[in-house]
Amino acid sequence: MAPLREGARKAALGATASARLVRAWLPALSLGLVLVAIAYLNPRAISYFGFSLMLNLAIPIVLATIAQMFVITGNELDLSIGPFVGFVGCVTATWLNDAPWLGVAALVGAIGVYAALGALIYLRNLPSIVVTLGMSFVWQGLAILMLPKPGGKAPDWLVGIAGFTPPLVPLPIVAAVAIAAIVHFGLMRTSYGAILRGSGGNPTALARAGWSLLKTKVVLFALAGLFGVLSGMTLISITTSADANIGNGYTLLAIAGVILGGGEFVGGRVSPIGAVVGALTMALAASPLLTFMHIPPDWQVAANGAILIIVLAARALVSRRED
Amino acid sequence: MSPGPAPIIVKLDGAEKHFGAVRALEGVDFSASAGECVGLVGHNGAGKSTLMQVLAGALAPDRGRITVAGAIQEHFSVTRAQKLGIRCVFQELSLCPNLSVAENARINHPSLRGMTWRRKAARLIAEKLDEIFPGHDIAASTIVRDLSIGRRQMVEVARAFTITQDPLDLVILDEPTSSLDAHTASQLLAFVRRFVAGGKSCVLISHLLGEVLKNADRIVVMRDGKVAAADAVSAFDRDSLVAVMGGAVRRANPALEGARPVQEGRALRIRARPARQGNGAELVAGEGEIVGLAGLSGHGQTDLLLAIFSAAGRHKAGIEVNAPVALVAGDRQSDGIFPQWSISENIGIRSLAKLRNGLLISPRREAELARVWQQRIHIRTPDMDHNILSLSGGNQQKVLFARALGSDARIVLMDDPMRGVDVGTKLEVYDLLREEARNGRTFLWYTSEIDELDNCDRVYVFRNGRIVAHLDRSDMTEEKVIQSSFSDAN
Repeated sequence: MAPLREGARKAALGATASARLVRAWLPALSLGLVLVAIAYLNPRAISYFGFSLMLNLAIPIVLATIAQMFVITGNELDLSIGPFVGFVGCVTATWLNDAPWLGVAALVGAIGVYAALGALIYLRNLPSIVVTLGMSFVWQGLAILMLPKPGGKAPDWLVGIAGFTPPLVPLPIVAAVAIAAIVHFGLMRTSYGAILRGSGGNPTALARAGWSLLKTKVVLFALAGLFGVLSGMTLISITTSADANIGNGYTLLAIAGVILGGGEFVGGRVSPIGAVVGALTMALAASPLLTFMHIPPDWQVAANGAILIIVLAARALVSRRED
Repeated sequence: MSPGPAPIIVKLDGAEKHFGAVRALEGVDFSASAGECVGLVGHNGAGKSTLMQVLAGALAPDRGRITVAGAIQEHFSVTRAQKLGIRCVFQELSLCPNLSVAENARINHPSLRGMTWRRKAARLIAEKLDEIFPGHDIAASTIVRDLSIGRRQMVEVARAFTITQDPLDLVILDEPTSSLDAHTASQLLAFVRRFVAGGKSCVLISHLLGEVLKNADRIVVMRDGKVAAADAVSAFDRDSLVAVMGGAVRRANPALEGARPVQEGRALRIRARPARQGNGAELVAGEGEIVGLAGLSGHGQTDLLLAIFSAAGRHKAGIEVNAPVALVAGDRQSDGIFPQWSISENIGIRSLAKLRNGLLISPRREAELARVWQQRIHIRTPDMDHNILSLSGGNQQKVLFARALGSDARIVLMDDPMRGVDVGTKLEVYDLLREEARNGRTFLWYTSEIDELDNCDRVYVFRNGRIVAHLDRSDMTEEKVIQSSFSDAN
């Protein structure tokens, strides 16, 4: 009887392990599916030029997704990342071009505001959804004040960086790989990265071991601010001019990217590589795929939502099997 | 042979700790010396966990003095305790489930930094696991979430014994074997003996009396926030421990001495078998009975009550419920009251069908119901339309009783409802429950206070999710209840 039970236990463990494997590969699988669909609909899109074009706007989304991922690591949610990216875009297209030092100071200050929000949320025990929802209107308002109507101009050096064409592999893919590698190292491999993730996994245990939860929260929010700034700047480097509403769609894209990439809303379970893959999937599914499917622009947002629901439902099914 | 008494590692003088009206520690003296394993035993709420948290720096005592290695500690904290060589394995698992075993080791060792920290942390925890649990199958790279509960406990215990820069003199183990099987538990206890033999010290808290008697050098028995007895292990045996823990004399309860009708011939109301029972024992309750659920907290009583509650709504295997059910929650803040609502609304919520007037709730009938119950259960408030939070804790609990008793439920499930309630309120509610039982209501009453079992007709004692004893009112004594709660049958 004992070996029989042991066998059953191993089988159960095996099932869990395979579900885990499926789950780990689900982000890559969904990206692969989208790519296959695109290749089927329009074989010419699978080329250096095609990818450059399709992934043109992917890097700002990837960076915003990473920003959101840091916030989710600490069991919080940032509903202001989209308007924040828009605000950064407006600063980049105006002050950073006209008065670089003022622009740099404004962007550094914005990161400081993010860090302060983390401290506020921790110290007053406020729900981050409420605080960041409020902040989204603040960022939006500031952006409109800076740039009441679309315009401005990206600094030339920034446009120059965006125009770089590496050999063989298009720039967006190179950038995505670099971002994934750097953030993976920082969050998953460094000793303080383990503490940051632990603050989402079991905050009580962390506090008992003598770590400051205030500090982890501030660091996570500051990192979110930093990547939000990078997102806004890269966005303007591509569009070359700004609009106060330019980042508004990013909030949901970023959340979807993190979850699509295997992250969980609570429990400190996040994956930087997964988040980058999830963001690329969202970027491709958001517009190129639907255009190739001849879905009229009026319906693209709805179709986007449908794709999201299908992928997340598949993930929910896999996670349930795992438990 | 020995050159004088062994040095005292930690000493507590006159420690007091109150949580509101609950006095968890009432002047406790405690000490642990080098080279000894101190066993700490006591029933639920005796103050063991509070004492342990004070020793580990997680709680500051209201009064009293902590001395570590001869130096009085003014600002004692977890970090300070760690620096002074005191570690604690808390009862609820304190690992981060999303991190690997090695990363969890890193959390307790700030000095594990630099480029090679992953390798160092992995080696540290793996070596300790090998030392304590030879033959274990835990890899340092495994994510803790993927480990079984027993393996998690092994990691947690091993982590407490790892050493980097801070010294290690005393480890407090709170129920360290609760999730371990017999083999790993004996490995751990053998390691504890080796650890102590090396001149270190250990505090072992356990509900398994045999384990404590076999492995401790000295035993401290706690009861009602005080040290009831403390002596060398040779001064105790199983029975004397049980006697000291529970008190020998059973309190007389004259109100109950009157004969109660026997159980035969009553309509059956509940028949339920705990999910993990394994044998044929089941819980049975008839009309007009007060049935007690006893045993150590967290041993399946609440689970069974909740299972019965959900079985009233839809069919559930192994549970038969023949009448409408209401539940009186024990944790009133999170499971009981609606904090935004008035007292009347809090009472009426279980009886909406009765209070309805067309599609709306009739305020007149709601007020009427509230008024009746204000008088019957003596809710002390000038106005039942005031917010529920304007009441004291005991009166809030009365509101929850009124909600259940004012409803059409013929079965009332009570999940340790008297936690933190003052004596006056308790006595009033006891009277009311007996009166309601005479009128044919059935009560299932889980309580962590043994005295309350005096109000029950019969008592089922739970251990590890199973019914281990069924005591009739005539042969129920406090000792028997404690004896069964601590039965070592694993």
